[in-house]
Amino acid sequence: MTEKLLINTSYLVVAVLFILGLRAMSSPVTARRGIGWAGIGMVLATLVTFLWPGMRNYALMCLALALGGGLAWWSGASVKMTEMPQMVALYNGMGGGAAAAIAAIELGRGLAHDAVSTALAALGAVIGTVSFSGSLVAFAKLQGIIRRTFRLPGQNAVNAVLALLTLLAGTGMASAEHASTAKIVTFFALAAVLGAIVTLPVGGADMPVVISLFNAFTGLAVGFEGYVLNNPALIIAGIVVGAAGTLLTQLMARAMNRKLIHILFKPITGEARAGAGVTGTMKEVAALDAASMLRYARKVIIVPGYGMAVGQAQHKVMEMFELLEEAGVEVKFAIHPVAGRMPGHMNVLLAEAGVPYDKIFDIEEINEEFDQTDVALVIGANDVVNPAARTDKSSPIYGMPILNADRAHLVIVIKRGQGAGYSGIENALFYAENTRMLYGSAQQVVSEVIKHIKAMAG
Amino acid sequence: MEVFAALYIFLLAAFTGYEVIARVPVILHTPLMSGSNFVHGVVLVGAMVALGEARTPFEQAVGFVAVLLGAANAVGGYVVTERMLAMFQSKSQSAQRKTQSRKG
Repeated sequence: MTEKLLINTSYLVVAVLFILGLRAMSSPVTARRGIGWAGIGMVLATLVTFLWPGMRNYALMCLALALGGGLAWWSGASVKMTEMPQMVALYNGMGGGAAAAIAAIELGRGLAHDAVSTALAALGAVIGTVSFSGSLVAFAKLQGIIRRTFRLPGQNAVNAVLALLTLLAGTGMASAEHASTAKIVTFFALAAVLGAIVTLPVGGADMPVVISLFNAFTGLAVGFEGYVLNNPALIIAGIVVGAAGTLLTQLMARAMNRKLIHILFKPITGEARAGAGVTGTMKEVAALDAASMLRYARKVIIVPGYGMAVGQAQHKVMEMFELLEEAGVEVKFAIHPVAGRMPGHMNVLLAEAGVPYDKIFDIEEINEEFDQTDVALVIGANDVVNPAARTDKSSPIYGMPILNADRAHLVIVIKRGQGAGYSGIENALFYAENTRMLYGSAQQVVSEVIKHIKAMAG
Repeated sequence: MEVFAALYIFLLAAFTGYEVIARVPVILHTPLMSGSNFVHGVVLVGAMVALGEARTPFEQAVGFVAVLLGAANAVGGYVVTERMLAMFQSKSQSAQRKTQSRKG
């Protein structure tokens, strides 16, 4: 009896720690504390659950904990920062899978549950499985394991049919007195296929929003299974994350000026190279000339993008920033909400390199300043500075707010090669009269520029 | 659990989750997504109980997988969130690091 009391009291404390932890994570000042509190909550919840009365299979339990935990620790600690988005997808998928697995066990027990429990178990199973397979596909795409975007003809119809079948299978399974293994397997298989099929057409640029959606799904699934298991910690944590994740998904979609419905059912694929033919030629410039343009400018705005992340150039960029400031140039950084692979991606990289907070501006703060800027230095960014988004109605990125880099007196673009960007769209900026291209990997190019700037000292 | 008690909990938890995110700066969108991903890793605890009460080999196997996946969610989610948030140092801390690296 006292174990139950201890467990329930502890779960109460855990819920508080999770909520306070999440709230702390919503402000930069307290964010680091937040994950700490949530972490303590998780440890407490795990330890106290060992005391749950009437359990067996402890050896298996410890083995699974060690295996899952160990592999996750190793992978999480060793991946590069640029791979973080897909790792979030991966771990989220596993959470969904865990919820689905719990549902499988509970549903297998059949009539032991009342109608509400069964319904929620089945619902949690579907949502968890869809999140599982969908997240794995998201991981594979961002990791580069799947390269092409698949879009079946009549994709939306296929999705609808599949969803309907899954629903039917679920109802059939839930209403049976004792669901046969075949029914359960069919149900889970259909849900898994649904999750994968829905995610396959989604383009890389939209993927973070979809990952956020699956994060919310897994939260919901966990909440529902928590009801089935009569576990308050799961219910609260799951629903809080489900709601928070839903709002976060909407915020992310809004930052991209794309409706969530469009992302899922009208995704931008690589083939959407529409847009009025871009005229003009791309003009190259040498690092030496670029260096002097920067060194003798009064004001420079740097626009970082995924290319800077991939080239791990943020430290070199910081070095160049300091050199230019010492030479009397006013330098600011402009971060577009979806620059990089995820919101906040660029901020994290620049912070890592030591760039001061007060030099980093978001799109509302800095967009008016480009008119008075001598040089806009675009480092590995593409779609976020494509003027087609303003004017070209046929462009897939039409309507997305962009940084006004093209309004600077001079634009220098550092780019790995001549390929099209993430969305596969030609960038009108590159062909503009006042734009010069500087080809090469970000780190190499910025190093060269630094060398030349130093040579101009004095 | 009684259905209406559960509904009240669902309702309040949903409002809480919404409010926690309501005033988040864009810079924290990704770390928060990672942090909330970590929190739902508490499914691990449910999986432990499911495995703990498993009787048949099927239940044991599925339960084992559930704990494995749950542990991966919890541990992995913690590690990546911590790494992302490690970037959010205060200015004084990053200034300290700079002077240290200049000396070295």
